[in-house]
Amino acid sequence: MQSTADAFEDLRKDFPVLNRRVRDDKKLVYFDNAATTQKPNQVIDAISDYYQNYNSNIHRAVHALAEESTEAFENTRDIVAKFLNIEDSREIIFVRGTTEGINLVAYAWGRDNVKEGDIIVTTEYEHHSNIVPWQLLTQEKKAQLKYIDIDDNGELMLDQLDDYLSTGKVKLVTFSHMSNVLGTISPVEKIVSKCKNAGVKVLIDAAQSVPHMKVNLNEIGCDFFVFSGHKMLGPTGVGVLWAKKEILEKMSPFLGGGDMIREVHKYETTWNDLPYKFEAGTPNIADVIGFAKAIEYLEKIGMDNIRNHELELTKYALEEMKKIPGLTLYGTKEPEKRGGVISFNFNDVHPHDVGTIIDKDGVAIRSGHHCAQVLMEKLNVSATNRASFYIYNTKEEIDVLIAALQNVAKVFKL
Amino acid sequence: MSGDPIYTEMIIEYSRNPSNFGKIDNAHIHQHDANPLCGDTIDLYLNIDDNKISEVKFDGHGCAICMACCSVLTEMIKGKTLDDVKKFDKDELLSELGLEHLVKTSPVRIKCALLSLKSLKFGIYSYFVDKMKDSESAGNLNEEAANLY
Repeated sequence: MQSTADAFEDLRKDFPVLNRRVRDDKKLVYFDNAATTQKPNQVIDAISDYYQNYNSNIHRAVHALAEESTEAFENTRDIVAKFLNIEDSREIIFVRGTTEGINLVAYAWGRDNVKEGDIIVTTEYEHHSNIVPWQLLTQEKKAQLKYIDIDDNGELMLDQLDDYLSTGKVKLVTFSHMSNVLGTISPVEKIVSKCKNAGVKVLIDAAQSVPHMKVNLNEIGCDFFVFSGHKMLGPTGVGVLWAKKEILEKMSPFLGGGDMIREVHKYETTWNDLPYKFEAGTPNIADVIGFAKAIEYLEKIGMDNIRNHELELTKYALEEMKKIPGLTLYGTKEPEKRGGVISFNFNDVHPHDVGTIIDKDGVAIRSGHHCAQVLMEKLNVSATNRASFYIYNTKEEIDVLIAALQNVAKVFKL
Repeated sequence: MSGDPIYTEMIIEYSRNPSNFGKIDNAHIHQHDANPLCGDTIDLYLNIDDNKISEVKFDGHGCAICMACCSVLTEMIKGKTLDDVKKFDKDELLSELGLEHLVKTSPVRIKCALLSLKSLKFGIYSYFVDKMKDSESAGNLNEEAANLY
């Protein structure tokens, strides 16, 4: 019988890009999965198939192609709903990505519900996409934006949430399910239950969690949930916003235009039903169809297996990286509390230099502030290096990273 | 890695021990700039006496390329007249560090290399326009700076 590690190794053949060589004929070691993942043939082929065989706009025309494309598009909605354990697929809104999903909520829900003096709570380890929309909203409404700080272990200090909630002014608590820099997995249950007790709405930025672990939205009990397809084998330009039907029905629309209307007259319009009310204009049909194949691919492997595979890789990488003198690791030391994301600095060598040097050995990591400058300020660094893993990565690749890091020490005479 | 054309002895040395590193209080020109890509930030300080750059310093955080280029740029412009500095172009700076190839080979890292020069050009432009009210001398330095990379 094939071992689990072999099974994961075996799926590499589905990803054409993993076979390519980079720089001086080096094998590509792709560790920038938190930014975007590679795509399997199943996804690429589904997109080609759409364009080659049934390209057509959806929802309107009655011809054969339109019927096929509409069915394939709407089929993805059902697949997403099942994947997240949601009963009503009308609660799934397709957006461009997590950023657009959060902006949609800030604009459409936030503008109707947040008033002067109200509080929106976010955290210190958010991506800019879960900070800036709230800055725009709170500035416009003269409301306040507050942060849950992180402790030395990179975990949220939930006492502060209690303090904010006790003011009675909090309208929304918005946080990432998993930090894109530290990998910390947020204590979702605790946060949601505190908020529910206080009657406060909760938004979860799941861009880093949904691709890597089983998520049961029926159990989580949040109000808004947002993630991106391209971080989970899917194409770019497809994301999902899920919200409870009662909330979506009351919300004002986001973008106005075609498909989101029921009837348009010269001076007034009535809105279409969910989910179309929030999907103005021709959507990203091909990529939504491709996204379905990505979810099917992940489900075939099993989300729990994926989580275990990444946990194994993360444990191994942390062990090996600890042995390198002068290497600073950020975030919790307990692998179980984090995803497959490791941020580090190497002595005082700037992450961009580390990134460039190890790139010569074919290792692709991310160097920079990871769109998390508030967190960088907290960590008192301008940037970090980040290696992030996915289903196709192996321990041998981590060995290549470690060897490449030793080159950095040589170049900088550390 | 020893053959890497970016990380030469000179660049490593400059990044470890940058020249003219520090601050000038109440400098005639103080220009702050950042590279949104990687979060590099620099502050460039210049004093102008008799139409010459009498004093120059910089501080900030950046990668080895950014720090080395800041160091070399400040060394190269010290004592020069403003007219000379206005004409200063990117090839002069890059060739001093053997980094000319970055223009072609690394559209990403060229931004690290030229952040200093961009700040210099913007700084001098603002000096002429805002302080000296002399937009003629400022010329199109702002456009040059904006189109540097």
